[in-house]
Amino acid sequence: MSDQPAIQKPLPEPDDASRPFWDGAAAGRLMLMRCNSCRTWRLPSRMHCDRCLSTDVGWEQASGRGTVRTFGIMHQRYHPGFANDLPYNVSIVELDEGPRLPTNLVGVSNADIKVGMKVVVDWERHADVTLPKFRPA
Amino acid sequence: MTHSTFRGSTAIVGLGETRYYKRGAAPDPEFKMTLDAIRLAADDAGIDVREIDGFASFSNDRNDPAHLAAALGTKHVGFSNMFWGGGGGGGSGAVSNAAAAVAAGFCEIAVAYRGLAQGQFGRFGQGSTARQVAGAAAFTAPYGLMSPAQTFAMRVRRFMHEHRVEQDAMKAIALASYYHAQRNPRAVMYGKPLSAEDYDNSRWIVEPFHLFDCCQENDGAAAVIVTTAERARDLKHAPAYILAAAQGTDYRQAATVHNAPDYATSNFKTLAPRLYAMAGVGPEEVDVLQSYENFTGGVMMSVVENGFCTPEQVNGFFALETFRFDGGKLPLNTSGGNLAECYMHGLELITEAVRQVRGTSPCQLPRDVNISMVTSGPMVQPVSSLILGRESNR
Ligand SMILES: [Zn+2]
Repeated sequence: MSDQPAIQKPLPEPDDASRPFWDGAAAGRLMLMRCNSCRTWRLPSRMHCDRCLSTDVGWEQASGRGTVRTFGIMHQRYHPGFANDLPYNVSIVELDEGPRLPTNLVGVSNADIKVGMKVVVDWERHADVTLPKFRPA
Repeated sequence: MTHSTFRGSTAIVGLGETRYYKRGAAPDPEFKMTLDAIRLAADDAGIDVREIDGFASFSNDRNDPAHLAAALGTKHVGFSNMFWGGGGGGGSGAVSNAAAAVAAGFCEIAVAYRGLAQGQFGRFGQGSTARQVAGAAAFTAPYGLMSPAQTFAMRVRRFMHEHRVEQDAMKAIALASYYHAQRNPRAVMYGKPLSAEDYDNSRWIVEPFHLFDCCQENDGAAAVIVTTAERARDLKHAPAYILAAAQGTDYRQAATVHNAPDYATSNFKTLAPRLYAMAGVGPEEVDVLQSYENFTGGVMMSVVENGFCTPEQVNGFFALETFRFDGGKLPLNTSGGNLAECYMHGLELITEAVRQVRGTSPCQLPRDVNISMVTSGPMVQPVSSLILGRESNR
């Protein structure tokens, strides 16, 4: 593409602690960490439970469903990789399991985004990594 | 709270500020401006600058005390200190750390300072353009979520949603800052008034923040000198006694990638009761407030969390009429603050709080100022605050 910005959007670089999350995304599964002691869910890559401090943890598949807790509409040219997307939404989805995931909402115009909307995960595939985005449920 | 031996044991006695510039416009190096501000503060106090034996700053200031002391001819250094955290959360914290060191006897005359030359060094608050991101940034940067304005806009949007707050509340904060800056010749926005229409018509940075909801970017330096109450009485100006100071952060506020349990907050909920208890006053006794504006929405939440109105009262309370120095119920940011005087990361809010106690502000309240308060750095971790007062309130 001729209008591809010289500096492209950043993409996640999985590390050992977060790899199950990104491997899950590639397979279309939203994987989260979950405390084996008190069953509290958490995002990678937290080594111990936010609630009971246990380090006994497993990975489980989350529902992929959540609620828009808040959002902003970005107008300022800040990172050159996103210049062609302006204005774009940045949103925080509170998953039904509890943790919050920053994301972009897709399949909805900026004007129609509302705090409290129900949303479901929608995968955005790149060559080496897949990003969880969300669309109205 | 048990009686604090800190209350009233120290005072701010000297103020020093260089000229304030737009970002990158300072003609001098940052280190020289910092030295200038400290020398001006010593002159203002009426002390020999070489007597300063304590140094405190914040936000990873580049001008370290050992080099400042060497350049100033400092006889000895008894205390040097950096308040953790970025942004302006440590403005009041640096002053209170300096004061605590004086009260404890580590030093007798301490300076809290901030210097900024962003032409000489990099621009503050800018992100990386790396292609691959790891750690917490892997969950934000790929979505174009990387600027401080975005992060704070989302906390503010949630607060507005929970309490049905209108955009006009934030506009009132911007209008008050510009109203005051028009009387303050030091202000970078002196001679550049802002109307309600100008605000409404200004471009969005990130909704819900217009351009005028965001702080400026500036160069300059500022310094304030703290010493014991005993020493303060013999110096040039009426002391601004430090009646109370608080610093810290609420439960898990720094949880990464927007997972702080209490999200729509400025982070003052646990500080405010500690501050008022130490001062022995309540918000109804505060005559004038300087509240750090990284973004207007942070001021809004900070004013609420420090007890000046309830969340449900925000829409009526937040008006230019409330915040004006000349007759407002809660005079706010009376020098123009970070929005319109200078973004000296909030140290200029502390100099203004002292001027109000002295009675020397260009926007001096038309009544006695007994209690002058500062809140530093909403929505960051940690934050800090100060209450200053006159001899009669000590
Ligand atoms: Zn647990």
